[in-house]
Amino acid sequence: MAGAVIPLSEAVNGSKLVISSIEVQGVLRRRLLDLGFVVGNAVEVLRRSPLGDPTAFRVSNTTIALRREESELIYGTLIGGGDK
Amino acid sequence: MSQFTVAFAGNPNTGKSTLFNLLTGLRQHTGNWAGKTVITAEGEFTHNNHTYRAVDLPGTYSLYSNSADEEAARDYIIFEEPDVTLVVLDATSLERNLNLALQVLEITGRAVICINLIDEARRLGIDIDLKAISKRLGVPVAVISARGKIGIEALLDQIERVATGAFTAQPLRISYSDEIEQGIAELIPMVEQTVGSRYPARWIALRLLDGDDSLLTSLKAHMGRQNISGTKEVMAHGVTACH
Repeated sequence: MAGAVIPLSEAVNGSKLVISSIEVQGVLRRRLLDLGFVVGNAVEVLRRSPLGDPTAFRVSNTTIALRREESELIYGTLIGGGDK
Repeated sequence: MSQFTVAFAGNPNTGKSTLFNLLTGLRQHTGNWAGKTVITAEGEFTHNNHTYRAVDLPGTYSLYSNSADEEAARDYIIFEEPDVTLVVLDATSLERNLNLALQVLEITGRAVICINLIDEARRLGIDIDLKAISKRLGVPVAVISARGKIGIEALLDQIERVATGAFTAQPLRISYSDEIEQGIAELIPMVEQTVGSRYPARWIALRLLDGDDSLLTSLKAHMGRQNISGTKEVMAHGVTACH
């Protein structure tokens, strides 16, 4: 599984990824960059809310929750964790 | 004896308010931004016979995105023209924190970068190359721990250098892609003609390319009767600037 490029929305809890591309556009893209969702940065999937949306991510030492509509447009390479 | 204004900017949870409280002690009061529901604190401190009015801006990750906090922080730095903008960064998360520092430095060279939580960073094995950072950013940089009261005197000395004009720097000039630079070059004469030389024309041109409506609104409000509708047409260039 490690090495695969998947959208953050499909990464299981506990997995770690390195962001490879961000397809979100406009103001929201700017916002995500400001928060640390930058290509090359590491992200960890912390937990999902009971209904699976939103999901909490750990990025640049901070926990940030994203909805599926955003997280499915951010792609990352799996580097480990959460291999259940 | 003169009085200077120091605006405190920084990401949330960087210890900005800890530093603010440390410097101003009980000599502070909270207020509200005119027309905005953003609560702010103001205080006073002295160093080497200079008095400083400290303004604690809301904690923000950026000066671009449209929240009341970020607009308030941005408007203060642009329109109130503090003598010093102190940017407080979290030493354990410099990558993201430097984002805000760069945004401030694009607006003004009258800034001091304060890298806080240095004790925590050292515990994590993070080593900060103060000289290199200062050189790249072009403004004074101080490394402190507000909680541990480390480096505070040196920080105050740097604030003094910028406040008194002993140190001066031009706003940091970041080079963008040719397309964006061309847009900036086209806009700058119009921006200067409209808003004069008081505000950073290059930075305003960049925001116009970004389609930042809220800055236009603020500019309009601060410039009173002057008409800036001329700049609005240029925005329709279709250039998006995401950097």
